[in-house]
This record gives sequence, structure tokens and C-alpha cells, in this order.
Amino acid sequence: MKIIVLLKRVPDTEAKILINQEGTGIREDGVKFVINPYDEYAIEEGLLMKEKIGGDSKVTVVCMGPEEATEVIRTALAMGADDAVHIADGALSYPGPFTTAAIMAKAIRDDGFDVIFCGKQAIDDDMAQVHCILAEMLDVPQVSVATTFELSDDAKKAVVGRRIEGGDEKIETSLPAVISCDKGLNEPRYASLPGIMKAKKKEIRKKSLADLGFSEVPGGGRSRILKWLPLSKGGECRMIEAEETSDAVRELVRLLREEAKVI
Amino acid sequence: MRSISVLKPVSGSFTQGKEMCIQLSEEERMVQKTARDFARKDIAAVVKESNRDGVFREDIYRKLAGLGFMGMTMPEEYGGVGFSNLCLALALEEISRICPSTAIAVSVHNSLANYIIYRWGSDELKNKYLPRMTSGEAIGVYALTEPNAGSDVAAISMSAVRDGDDYVLNGSKIFISTGDRAGVIIVIAKTNPAGRSRGLSAFVVEPDFPGFSVGKVEHKMGMKASTTVELVFEDCRVPASNVIGEEGQGIQIALGSLDGGRIGIAAQALGIAQTALDEAVFFGRERQQFGKRIVDFQATRWKIADMGTNIEAARLLVYRAARLRDAGEPCSKQASMAKLFASRIANEAVYDALQIHGGVGYTEEFKIERFFRDARVLEIYEGTSEIQRIVISKKILEEYEQMYPV
Repeated sequence: MKIIVLLKRVPDTEAKILINQEGTGIREDGVKFVINPYDEYAIEEGLLMKEKIGGDSKVTVVCMGPEEATEVIRTALAMGADDAVHIADGALSYPGPFTTAAIMAKAIRDDGFDVIFCGKQAIDDDMAQVHCILAEMLDVPQVSVATTFELSDDAKKAVVGRRIEGGDEKIETSLPAVISCDKGLNEPRYASLPGIMKAKKKEIRKKSLADLGFSEVPGGGRSRILKWLPLSKGGECRMIEAEETSDAVRELVRLLREEAKVI
Repeated sequence: MRSISVLKPVSGSFTQGKEMCIQLSEEERMVQKTARDFARKDIAAVVKESNRDGVFREDIYRKLAGLGFMGMTMPEEYGGVGFSNLCLALALEEISRICPSTAIAVSVHNSLANYIIYRWGSDELKNKYLPRMTSGEAIGVYALTEPNAGSDVAAISMSAVRDGDDYVLNGSKIFISTGDRAGVIIVIAKTNPAGRSRGLSAFVVEPDFPGFSVGKVEHKMGMKASTTVELVFEDCRVPASNVIGEEGQGIQIALGSLDGGRIGIAAQALGIAQTALDEAVFFGRERQQFGKRIVDFQATRWKIADMGTNIEAARLLVYRAARLRDAGEPCSKQASMAKLFASRIANEAVYDALQIHGGVGYTEEFKIERFFRDARVLEIYEGTSEIQRIVISKKILEEYEQMYPV
């Protein structure tokens, strides 16, 4: 079985994000990059599935990102993935979800696949679109925000659980399918030291757009980031102190009317 | 007196070193991340309880072993991963940021027990013990200190007398970290009573050898999640094949394994110092007095500046000593400097960080209280600060003697 896991390199959740002066991206100096945390659930689910099926199943990581993304790819390999495809091309700078999906679809179709796991969204741009568009392009079903995944005995179907308002939902899907993974699906393993050692010898296949048969960036111009802006500072919080609640309310109403001028 | 117009570089100084900047490799960063993630999740989940109750968590040790942390610098053929000493230092630093006690067993196991058997042991000893140690099945401990011998290694009095195919060991070892959970114990004992330091030999002892028992359990000021015990040997029979290296090689083994051990403790000190700074800043930003955050008072700022500067300097010393060791270059001076400096600044850092906390810092509610107690032993074990200064000054004077003979 060919298990594909999509991977994105994102700034560490603890990193302080600063927009560059031109407003065309973030300042990367001094920022640590990690595997998108939701993708870790995808890696783990891929590995669990491989361990369950055994045989010649293989987990292949597909990552689109700059040269430096090899480090997060290597981490996924250290966790236990078998090999990786790294799509890197100078022409790709903050590609939109359509572009990313189109390129990944090509790479994945070229390789063949039985199931695709990915994070429910990347924690940097929070688009949560790539897997939907990808499933459409590959013409396979997709189930998003999975919190459980059960493979049928013949490995042709899966029942995927989703957390929805007030309860859980179970969806049966045929495979191949795209499954986007949420927190709670599993407990991602650590990259063990023997894993880190073995990862050095695993193959990372580098692909440029040309290697994948693209003469230009697919879907370029469908969406464009106009400008990145820093978060606007929130207003000051003012505490109203009064002996009696009624006095505090009176003061609040006065402030809303006279200072904030909203009522 | 000759005048020194052009100063020649003294050996082992930065001018001669391979690199001034310390860049971590991809592999080292990955090991650091795994250690950090494991410490922040698995160790952090038990750290308060295990330190309060004085419990060595064998399950944590096994999990660390399962991730490969018990054979870090050992080659693959013995079940290790063959990583650098810097990798080991990074792992110890990360573990110590959460639980310094836990780092003790990891450090002793890797830099002393594994290393001694690998470097001086026969193929038979290596094949017999190393796979069990790297897998974590057997915890490796090191027994050198005696009531009347510690810094003065040559004063060891525990006797080992040859009797047929065995040696018979008599005496006791004290302050042995994790001695009560040991699977493999490296023991330094006297095989030739007349021969002072040359009369020492190193043995591999298993806890089920007849005549071995665990004696007094120490109640320590800190490092409570690591047990410290006395080991008693009463006519304890050890096969002659368990002598490490040659008979009489004990002093060489004891002294030759110091560098790695010292880098390990220096890395542990680094982790403690880093946590002290982290906690001081986190607390100081929250705590308000006289209408402003205490982190905005100059008195606090100065402490933070000193802590930060000292940590950077210590980190360079520790990583560089590890790098030199990885390159197979002499590093005794640098290992001692790293240990001396890092353990000192760690104690200064916990002192200042506790001061920034004020009264609550003196309670068990806040981490800094535990780190304050844990830090104290850094300047005592693996060679006291006084011993480090003896080593360092001796090396420096030797270098000058060589370059500028009187």
C-alpha cells in the first residue's frame, strides 16, 4: 500500500512572527521552523497504518517548500517514513492553495497512492484548502478534520470519525481518499535517535516544477497575496472600580456613550 | 629575563581551535529537539512528584533508552547510534532544563559506564555488556568514591584480591548515583596494596554477584529524583575476565574518563542555568510592585543581563569542549573550564532567579526552589571546583612551560 503524507514547514508555534518591511512575507532570520503540528498526526497515522498492514506498505512524505525544508522532511523520515519527495523551485514563493494542490497532485499522481494523510490546516496561513482542492484534482473522496481512522479488513475502505458540534460523526469512505487529521487522532511519536541515524540514508527525491512537467507555475494569478500586515494593537483595557455594581454599570454606560461613543 | 615580543598561541586556545563558531549540524538539532520534546512532555508530567517523593523513575529511564538515549556515543554494532559528544551534551542540557536529577543517570550511563567499557574493555566485555546497556536493559553506574577517597583517587582502599579465576572484592563505595538500580557497575578497587595509584584496577560488577549489596541510602539536599546509595562488597567474587583493561590500569581509566563526565555535568549546569533565567523572566514579567513589572526595575535587569551573558559564555565553553572531544583532541583543560564555569554560573543564576521570585521562590510552589537545591551539587560532584582549578592551572602552567621555558 502506498501511503502518502503531506508535510509543510512552518514557523515554530513559539516563534515571534515579524512581517518584512515590504509586506511581502515574514522575516525568517532567527525564526525556528518545524513540521506543521497537525501534519505530525498525519505522519503518525500513516506510520500506524503501515505497521498495521505490514507487507510492502510504504510511507512517502511529500513536501513543497524551500531548500531548508529538508530538515523537517528528515525529521519525518526519522519518525519512520520511508522516503520523501521534496518539491522546491525558486519560482515558488508563497504559492496559494490552488497552486500548491496542483503541483502536489501531479507529484502524487506520478508516484501512485492508496491513501493521503495531511494536517487539517497549516498553522501559519490557516488556509485549510490544499487537501480539499487536491482531492478534487485527484478525483478521490476527502474527509476532513479526522479524530479517528479505522481501516477495513480488506484495506479498501475506512471509517473516519470527526468531532462535530455536540457529538461525533462517522463517515465511511472508499480508498484512495484524502484524510485531513486533527489533534486527538493519535499521539505522534518522537523522532528516535536510531530513527535520526537511519533517516540520513533515506532518499529525498528533489523535484523542480520542470521535473514535474510544468513550464510555468500552475494556477498562478488565481489568487495573490497583496500585502502582509502586522496585527493591529488591541485597545487598552480599563477596569472600572466601584463599591456598588450599579455604580460600576452607570460608569460603564457613561464611558460607552461619552468616550467610546458607541451608544 | 627574556622579553616576549610576539605571543605565540598557547595550545588548545581558541586561536588553534578548529572553529570559533559553534554551528549545530542537522543531526544535532534533531537530537536536541527530540530530547526537548520528550523532556517537556514525558518528564515534565512526573517531575514534581518524583522530586518531591525522591523517586527514580525507571519508566522514564526505559523510555529514554527506547528512544536511543542510552547508547548515544556507542557504535551501531553495540546497539548505539554513534552520535557526537555534542549530541550527548545537548540532550543532557535539554533534560536538565526540566529535571536535572534525570540527567544524572543518563550522563553517568553514557559518559562513564558505556565509555569505559567501550574504550578499555575486552571484546568479550563489550559484547557481553554494551548491548544490554545501550538497550537500557542494564543501567550503568560508576563507583569510585569511598569515605576516604574522592578527589584523591589514589587513596582508594577497597581491596580486590586475586583468587583462582576470580577477584574477591572487599570494602564499600559511597555516594553512588542510581547504585540501587544498577545492572552494570564499574568499580575501581585496589589490586596491589603497595602500589598506591598504580595499584588500582577497574572491574565490571553485576548486582547479583555474591557478596554485593546496597547499603545506606542518602537523603540529599537536591537531585532527589536520582537515588544516591552506598554499595557494599563483602567477599564479592568477580570473574577475572571482568577486569577492564589490564590489572593496574584503574587510575588511567578513572582519570581518562573524567573529561566526558565533566562535559556531561557542565551541560547539566547549562540546563539548570537556562531554566533559572527562563523562570526569572517569566516571573518578573508577571509580578508587579510599586505599579510596574519587577522586570522593569534596574536591579532585576542587571541580574538578567548577568545571567544571560554567563549562559552564553558557558554554552560556548561546553559545546567547544564537546567538539574538541569529538575531534579526538586533548580537551581536559576545556572540559574542566566548562565544568568549573558552568557550575558556578548555574549557582549564581538560581540564586538570582530565586531572589527575583522573592518569598514565593522559597516555596515548593515554584520551580526555582527545586533548581536552587539541585544546582548546589554541580560544584561538588565530578570533581569539585577546587579540583577543576588545580587541573586548569596545571595545564596552563604546563603550556607556558613548553612555549616559554624559564
